[in-house]
Formats: sequence, C-alpha cells, structure tokens
Amino acid sequence: MRQKTNLSDELKWVARKLFEENRIDLLIGYEKGTLPLHNRPCFVSSVEGVDKLVWDSLCANNLATYLPRLFTRTHRPKGWKPPRVAIVAKGCDARSVVGLIKEKQAPRENIVILGVPCDGVVDLRKIEDALDGACPVSAKVAEDGSIMLQLDSGKSVQVSREKALFDACSDCPYPDAPVFDIRIGREIGDKSARRPFKDVEEFEAKSPEPRWKYFLEEMSKCIRCYACRQACPNCYCPTCFAEQTQPKWLGVGADLPEVMYFHLGRIFHQAGRCVDCGACVRACPMGIDLRIFTRKMVKDVQELFGYEAGISLDEPPPLCTFKMEDDESFITEP
Amino acid sequence: MKTENPKSEIRNPQSEIPEQWQPKILAFLCNWCSYAGADLAGVSRIQYPTNVRVIRVPCSGRINPLFIFSALRQGIDGVLVSGCHPGDCHYISGNLVARRKFALLKNWLEYVGIEPERVQFSWVSAAEGGRFAEILQKVVDGVKQVGPIQKLTKDI
Ligand code: SF4
Ligand code: SF4
Ligand code: SF4
Ligand code: FES
Repeated sequence: MRQKTNLSDELKWVARKLFEENRIDLLIGYEKGTLPLHNRPCFVSSVEGVDKLVWDSLCANNLATYLPRLFTRTHRPKGWKPPRVAIVAKGCDARSVVGLIKEKQAPRENIVILGVPCDGVVDLRKIEDALDGACPVSAKVAEDGSIMLQLDSGKSVQVSREKALFDACSDCPYPDAPVFDIRIGREIGDKSARRPFKDVEEFEAKSPEPRWKYFLEEMSKCIRCYACRQACPNCYCPTCFAEQTQPKWLGVGADLPEVMYFHLGRIFHQAGRCVDCGACVRACPMGIDLRIFTRKMVKDVQELFGYEAGISLDEPPPLCTFKMEDDESFITEP
Repeated sequence: MKTENPKSEIRNPQSEIPEQWQPKILAFLCNWCSYAGADLAGVSRIQYPTNVRVIRVPCSGRINPLFIFSALRQGIDGVLVSGCHPGDCHYISGNLVARRKFALLKNWLEYVGIEPERVQFSWVSAAEGGRFAEILQKVVDGVKQVGPIQKLTKDI
C-alpha cells in the first residue's frame, strides 16, 4: 500500500527532533543528486543539514555499508567516543544493520534505526532500457509509484512501477525493517509475496555444463574492480582475502581462474549474511548477474539451517553454531 | 556487454582423459582421528591408492574453503577432507561447526558446475584404517571418471 503522508517530511521532522534532543551525532540518509534519478547517500551532522533529506523510491544505496568504518577506526584521537548514529533503513538496509550489530561492527546502543517503508527502488538500467537512449532532464515519482520523466527533447515519459523496479525489490519479503527504533510512515506489512527461489531452482535443475557455462560467461565479463565488494555491507574486512599477502590467495590479474576464485570466495563469505539487497549487482559496472549466485547462498542457508539473515538480534549467525542433527547426507561413506 | 575470452569455450573433460592418467588427490586429515586412521591403514599394511598427498590439520574445523579453491586452481584433481566422527572431535564441536560450512561448500561448487566428485568430505576415526582406505579408493575412482581438473586451473 502506498503511503498517504509525505515520508520525506516526516523523516525531516524526526531527524530534526533527534538532533535537537541531542540523541545523535550523525545521520546517514539520502539527498537529491545532481542528476535526475540519482538520489545519493548523505551524512548529516547537525540540524542545519536536515532539510536536504529525502526518501522515495530513487534511494537505492544500502546505507549500512557506511556503518562499520565509523566504529572500527584504528586511529582514535584522544577523547574519541564512538558516534551515535541514526540511519535511514529500508527493509534490506535494516537487516544489514542487524547483521553488522551481531558481527560486532556497530554497537547497538549507538545506532538509531529509522525504519522507512519501502515498496521497491528503481533500477536505473531498466529505465535506461525503457528510454532507449533518450536523456531524462528531470524525474519524479508519481502518486501511484510510476516514474515520470521529462526528456531533453521536451517529451515526457511515464514508466510503470513494475517495469522500473529492481528484481530484488519486486519480490522482497521484508519491505519494512524487521528491527527498528523509530518507524517513519506506516508499515507496509505485506509479506504475502515471500520470496520464492524460483530462479535458483531453475538454475539448479540445469545440467552441470550449462551451469558452468553460465558461470564462466558471467565471470569472463568481470574486470575485478571490486565495486561489488565495496558496495556490500558485509564486506567490511580491513584486509580482504583478495588483497591478503600472507598467505597470498589470489594474483592480481583479471584472468578467469583468479576472477572465479575471487567470486567463489566472496559469495561464500556471504553465507548466512547476504540479505539480497542487490547492492553488489547495482554497483557492478559490467552488468554481471551476481544475484543468481548470491541467492544460492541465501537459499541454502535458509533450507539447511532455517536461518534468514538480519531478522533478529538474538539468533546466532548460522556458521558460528551447529545442531547435532544438521544435514550430513553429503558425507562420503565407503 | 560481453567481452570475448578465449577460455570461455566449454571443455569437455570426458573426451580428454589421457590413458594411464592418474589423478592427484589432496587429503586434509585432522590430526586426532583421520590422520591417525590413515596411519593405522599404513601400519596395518592395508593397500590404498598412492595418488594421495596428505596435509595434516589440527581439526576439520581448520579448513578454510579457500584452501580447497586454491588446491583446485593449482591443478589438484580431487580434494578429500576428513575429520573425526560427529561428537568425537578433540575440540568437542570443531567438526560440527565445520559440517555446516562443508554442506554449503559442497552445494556451492556443484551449483557453479564443478563436478561433485572433486570435493568430498568424510569422517574417519583413529581406529578405522580400513574405512580410510575404502573412502580414498572411492574418491580416486570418482575423480578418475571425471578426468583431470580443468575448470578452475590456472595455466602458468
Ligand atoms: S552480497 Fe550483494 S545482495 Fe548480498 S548483502 Fe552483499 S551487496 Fe547485498
Ligand atoms: S570478500 Fe570476504 S574477505 Fe573480502 S571483504 Fe568480503 S567478506 Fe571480507
Ligand atoms: S563489480 Fe562487477 S566487474 Fe567489478 S569485481 Fe564485482 S563482479 Fe567484477
Ligand atoms: S579434531 Fe578431528 S575433527 Fe576436530
């Protein structure tokens, strides 16, 4: 259901209040970018900056990515205290924040999660396709959620919501933050469209060679820019295995075996942590289909251990624990 | 967008298995059970395939999936990871925590199209020399069927 009240205004009001009551030092949210369709992350550190905040379906970035570096600084000037941070969080962002809290990358007591209801964010690539090369000069989200674009030719175009959303958003099971401190707007609440893993199941059903071929094809586009890693909230390691030198797991080239190694490793590192936010897919400049692979991890963790990332603060991460009756049908017997 | 890559054509290992080819198998054996099991197989004069290179690890919980990716990239044809039976780990729960990791890893490699025969996991106790030999034979037979590793290897 679409919200009646203006969420941006409500967000500004809450943000102003938080600063005025001195409950936070920093707020991470979104502001209008310089290009149409591009809302960008912004950092607000006093009440003066509050007015630039916006919230609509052009706010795609997963803001949780910025959290760990605020708390895990190695250089701590005298008198440094961990900041108190409010973060604007869609369902997926909030789940990432929960994950980071559980992994001790952010102290719970310093975080104020501002849960915003999200009925999906817009995929710029889909809009580009719909415009077929035309250049938009301004963009607006209409009442019904469709995207109204003014083109440089003077024409205006409307792209329907269904055609504009990210794949990850159109079947999102958690449009509201499952854990939050302050809710902005009203809960969407509709979890009827629980994300089925149809795409993964179809991929699994193929025989090994087409699966390998697809993996190879996607991987051969990769230029190893690491944008996927940088955008992922779970990839906060000070030294990633891809850059470690003791031991040196990987060479620096972009040849296929190295690229495949990187992605096999990175995606495996997302086991039990990936919230299917799509940040890695959005960040990839080569348009690689990473999602079919990251979602395999999500599905397996759910099926094997009954665990969904970022839903509760109490459940231990699945790979730090075990059950005596865990599946071991894969074990080789003589 | 698509970049041409000379390596991206599919190779069919089945048709290329050279005669007389012997696979290279890497076995990660935990110090307290499986390594002792392999040792027992030796002192009991039980025959087992000589294709295996053993790396002794303190516990199957020590296995980092990157070890396995590294082995495959460097041309190891098959990997066996073996630890104590569930409940018998010297460190109480090392193998139980590892078991979750292994389950995911096994599925993950199979998902991207790596033959499941190449990476296998087992439990072997210090008293099971015979079992160790049988499992190893099974791994070697499996890997022989799928042929030399080519999918992840880096030709230097
Ligand atoms: S792997 Fe991709 S989809 Fe998963 S949490 Fe990281 S950025 Fe989001
Ligand atoms: S790929 Fe793995 S090691 Fe690298 S930053 Fe991500 S989680 Fe850390
Ligand atoms: S963002 Fe895309 S091109 Fe860059 S390393 Fe990740 S998958 Fe490769
Ligand atoms: S000591 Fe053998 S598996 Fe842990």
